[in-house]
Amino acid sequence: MVRLNLILLGALVACALSLVTSRHDARRLFVELERGGASLRQLDIEYGQLQLEQSTWGMPARVEKIARENLRMQLPPAARVEIVDADAPREGNR
Amino acid sequence: MSRAATGFKRADAAGIPLPRFRAPALFGVLGLVFAGLVGRALYLQWVDNDFLQEKGAARFSREIEIPAHRGRVVDRVGDVLAVSTPVKSLWAFSNQFDATPAELAALARVLETTPQKLAARVSANEVYAVLAKQIPPEQAARAMALKIRGLNEQNEYRRYYPGGEVAAQIVGFTGDRDAGQEGIELAQQSWLAGQPGSRRVIINRRGDAVEDVAAIRAPQAGRDLALSIDSRLQYLAFRELKAAVDKFGAKAGGIVVIDAKSGEILALGNLPTYNPNARNKVARERMRNRALTDVFEPGSTMKPFTIATALETGKVRPDSLIHTEAGALTIGSATIHDAHAAGPLTVEQVIQKSSNVGAAKIALSMPAETLWHAFSDAGIGTPPRTGFPGEVAGRLRPAKSWKPIEQATMAYGHGLSVNLVQLARAYTIFATDGELKPVTLFKTDGPVAGRPVVSTQTARAVRKMLEMATQPGGTAPKAQVPGYRVAGKTGTARKLEGRVYTTKYVASFVGFAPASNPRLVVAVMIDEPSGGAYYGGDVAGPVFSSVMGSALRMLAVPTDAPVNNVILPPPGSEIREET
Repeated sequence: MVRLNLILLGALVACALSLVTSRHDARRLFVELERGGASLRQLDIEYGQLQLEQSTWGMPARVEKIARENLRMQLPPAARVEIVDADAPREGNR
Repeated sequence: MSRAATGFKRADAAGIPLPRFRAPALFGVLGLVFAGLVGRALYLQWVDNDFLQEKGAARFSREIEIPAHRGRVVDRVGDVLAVSTPVKSLWAFSNQFDATPAELAALARVLETTPQKLAARVSANEVYAVLAKQIPPEQAARAMALKIRGLNEQNEYRRYYPGGEVAAQIVGFTGDRDAGQEGIELAQQSWLAGQPGSRRVIINRRGDAVEDVAAIRAPQAGRDLALSIDSRLQYLAFRELKAAVDKFGAKAGGIVVIDAKSGEILALGNLPTYNPNARNKVARERMRNRALTDVFEPGSTMKPFTIATALETGKVRPDSLIHTEAGALTIGSATIHDAHAAGPLTVEQVIQKSSNVGAAKIALSMPAETLWHAFSDAGIGTPPRTGFPGEVAGRLRPAKSWKPIEQATMAYGHGLSVNLVQLARAYTIFATDGELKPVTLFKTDGPVAGRPVVSTQTARAVRKMLEMATQPGGTAPKAQVPGYRVAGKTGTARKLEGRVYTTKYVASFVGFAPASNPRLVVAVMIDEPSGGAYYGGDVAGPVFSSVMGSALRMLAVPTDAPVNNVILPPPGSEIREET
């Protein structure tokens, strides 16, 4: 009888301790989850900002201005364009 | 108790007399104290419970808001057209704001303003003072780090439009509280809008959430929206339209680029326009998406529909001869004129040279009802249903009310009205083999089936006539594109003011290319060009040419003509039209 009681007491203590640790674990993991969630939101915001930045830098108007003014690029007139037919035999184009 | 009782006995036994009421009195006092405690416990547990629960919860649990931003608007390849980013506003109750001069100076440095201005804002006769509106979160954090008493921050979102004025009328903008106010932002409010949620959590000593208690409201993140617009084409179309509107000193202008296979609107530009990022004091009329909300009399661009109807009914063949009465036809009390008097013209030449008399005579050979049905089938008088708010249907009066002169003028696009998108949509009939494609502003995948309106044979015949119109001997040689065969029709319509036709014009051009297998439909409209030039072929044609040429190259559409295909007529021999 005493032995059974002792075993039960031991089991009870073990259960109690595991409850404490799992509760602690739960809280710790929850905090981690929260941090993860917060950084997800933060990264999402940053993504939006970067997208905004990308489309601001990559605006066709800006690209064109740089191409024309800094790189001095221009559209060739039709007379200087030659169209190569992809299906034509290659010797003919050489 | 029993021990106490024995105590008495012992005391008695010791012979010390105790007052007889001492024990009951002590009992009574202890009993009262006990009853008091029980009463208090009951009171706390039952009566005052709510208040205490609340106070307790406030110590360890907190309701946090879960933010939900508004969805992005992107173009067909995913480039951002509108995006929300979080910003913060700093505010204070005027009577609670308490900053030392040094703090105020520090705050002013962070906010890049002067202490005087800040002080003026707080001391203004308002309960609530906004010290900084929509500033970046980092800046707000530095301001809050000063720990000034009474200074509060508030999370907000700000919507940015990187495309600026180029796509302003399509995308629209948001107003107060991030709610759509114009354009797609308004039409798709429920799709784009996010619904912030909130939940209750248990916090620890440091204020971190440690456990979820209950979700009060699940957040609903705003969804992204992909438009059919192609940013590169949009910019290109806008740039060319702007150049033309500036060059000809026009009042307004519009341009639409439609994918002939899917009916998607790839570009839609309007002038005048505005910058949605800085729209204070912008006149309402600059915000209008004219290509969808304004109508005009299309003029000659309607002629192909008259001809197609006649071909369908079998009244004429493409090579039938039409006598153009030396350029003047009198119907009742009115006379129709051609800009160029010519002899007999074939039906093809009626389109190529844009003969009003020819088109009118062909129209009068059919019952009004037939013509009405054909125009209606081409989408005249029904809104284009692009998903844009406030688009209009144009006007096509019932055939019963047409007088002969009206039937004649409708043949060349007067007495009815359309918006530019409708006109471009109608031309998908000739760009396909006779199908009217549904047009949309939203991205769709793959080809979309249209509604068959005319036979394949008729569509191809008209396509050939439209190609002739862009060749020497036609009204629009300037619409030609190197390397591609193009087809299209000019319009030079006098504007109706009140009930009188003025000498103000609407120059237009609608066409498609490559003619061998049309990919794009482009419609250009220039409202009131000034300074002499006003013919559709001279004003709108070149815009079509440059937009179509660059667009086909960007989309890598194979050429269907040699690059030296552009032949312009010698000066002085251009064919022009009236309407």
